[in-house]
Amino acid sequence: MSQTVTQTWQIATVTSVHDESSRVKLFTLELAHITPFRAGQHFDLRLTAPDGYQAQRSYSVTSSPDEPNSIELAIELISEGEVSSYFHEAVEPGDKIEIRGPIGGHFTWSPVAAKPVVMICGGSGIAPIMSMLRHRNSTGSDVPALLLFSTRTVADILFRDELETMAHHDPKFHLVNALTRIPTIGSVFAKKFEQGQIGRREMRRIDRSMIDAAFAELGVKPARAYICGGSDFVESMANHLLNAGMANNSIRTERFGP
Amino acid sequence: MINNKFFGRRRPEPSRPIPPGQYLEDGFPVLSAGPTQRIDIAAWDFTIEINDKTVGSWSWDSLNALTQSDIHTDLHCVTKWSKQDTDWRGVTIDTLLADAGVETPTGFVMASCDGGYTTNVPAADVIDGKGLLVHTYDGEPLAAEHGGPVRLLIPHLYLWKSAKWIKSLKFTDQDSPGFWERYGYHMYGDPWREQRYTND
Ligand SMILES: Cc1cc2nc3c(=O)[nH]c(=O)nc-3n(C[C@H](O)[C@H](O)[C@H](O)COP(=O)(O)OP(=O)(O)OC[C@H]3O[C@@H](n4cnc5c(N)ncnc54)[C@H](O)[C@@H]3O)c2cc1C
Repeated sequence: MSQTVTQTWQIATVTSVHDESSRVKLFTLELAHITPFRAGQHFDLRLTAPDGYQAQRSYSVTSSPDEPNSIELAIELISEGEVSSYFHEAVEPGDKIEIRGPIGGHFTWSPVAAKPVVMICGGSGIAPIMSMLRHRNSTGSDVPALLLFSTRTVADILFRDELETMAHHDPKFHLVNALTRIPTIGSVFAKKFEQGQIGRREMRRIDRSMIDAAFAELGVKPARAYICGGSDFVESMANHLLNAGMANNSIRTERFGP
Repeated sequence: MINNKFFGRRRPEPSRPIPPGQYLEDGFPVLSAGPTQRIDIAAWDFTIEINDKTVGSWSWDSLNALTQSDIHTDLHCVTKWSKQDTDWRGVTIDTLLADAGVETPTGFVMASCDGGYTTNVPAADVIDGKGLLVHTYDGEPLAAEHGGPVRLLIPHLYLWKSAKWIKSLKFTDQDSPGFWERYGYHMYGDPWREQRYTND
């Protein structure tokens, strides 16, 4: 099961920048060398200031491994964040960025692992999972998959159209959006919620009962789990899955930050 | 390659050098490949094997009955953060080997953990006070998410070598890759030489 890592730094060119939400931008990077990767892996990015000072950070690939010529990254703006604020404030199409990868091999998914899978993510934690879901979609995999995606509001649901389209066309893919910020009373959104038009959305944090209900809907108990997001989120979701009876070694985690 | 618009400086700035490519972290981030292991102290045990032969085995009480060592050190995680001035208490691997009445092994050692995690290091890197089993962090019992009740600590290597929820150390003549090493992370992992991935 040995995996090679692309050892050397290469220069990638930013080909597009897109506001995916108020706090997350998508960046497409064209790589100098075609670099095959697996869904769920990340790359290291390195910035160098004119005085030689350097900063490195890791970012997960959101695009499908079926298209390895370029990679898409979803970078959330962290307040006072050294690297994420540079990406949000300064990076434009045509800019060059040093990168190396792919890195990581445990938090990866391929349709060969023909086990029903549950994916749980918070905010930008969708990034590596989006690559998995896009890969599942493009390979026509019929592995049952459940995504529980926690965001503050509807506007924070990254890749919303694409996820809803997948859920609409694929009976084996179940999508649950958990919204943690209660909509303002009287807002259009709150009215829709009251009228029950929100469908697959839950107005609370992901909890054990939400997970149990989603498993029941999937109709089969997942045998593999991927959890990604902030550390506390990952910790509590892993505990929910253990309590729901999933085996310890079936749960894979990726933690983005404190 | 210079990024002309990049002038960043992460706060806080380190007061003394940290390894290349690292930044200083005030908190104590958690990194694990899977769920936090929940281990009952009453059921905890730890063994040392040398060439497939068990030479020593300790319970929580017998570990605590050994000479305790305090260590003040910096930590360096391969995910780029470093944390300075951490305080740990535990038992050196030297003390465990002496308690087992065996000579200091040479070669390599594989650390194995509850949950199935493994990592490999040269034997020389856990002896002479360089490796400890720690159970106390900053004067408090080590929290489960940081590897409690007992983790390995080898602070001069990247933190993935300091295996959480440690169960055993197996000394052998041959080096073989552990969990992350099989996925392309460095066999040795010296942060000062920035040995993150296989050929670094
Ligand atoms: C394997 C891996 C994959 C990752 N993938 C992604 C990804 O796909 N998209 C993405 O946006 N990020 C991802 N991250 C996080 C990313 O590497 C950076 O840590 C993040 O962008 C913050 O860097 P910064 O330089 O902007 O902030 P820093 O200057 O490093 O930090 C500024 C402050 O924000 C805090 N902070 C750092 N990160 C976070 C966070 N995530 N949430 C809240 N507070 C934080 C710090 O503790 C500090 O106080 C990933 C991390 C890892 C380890």
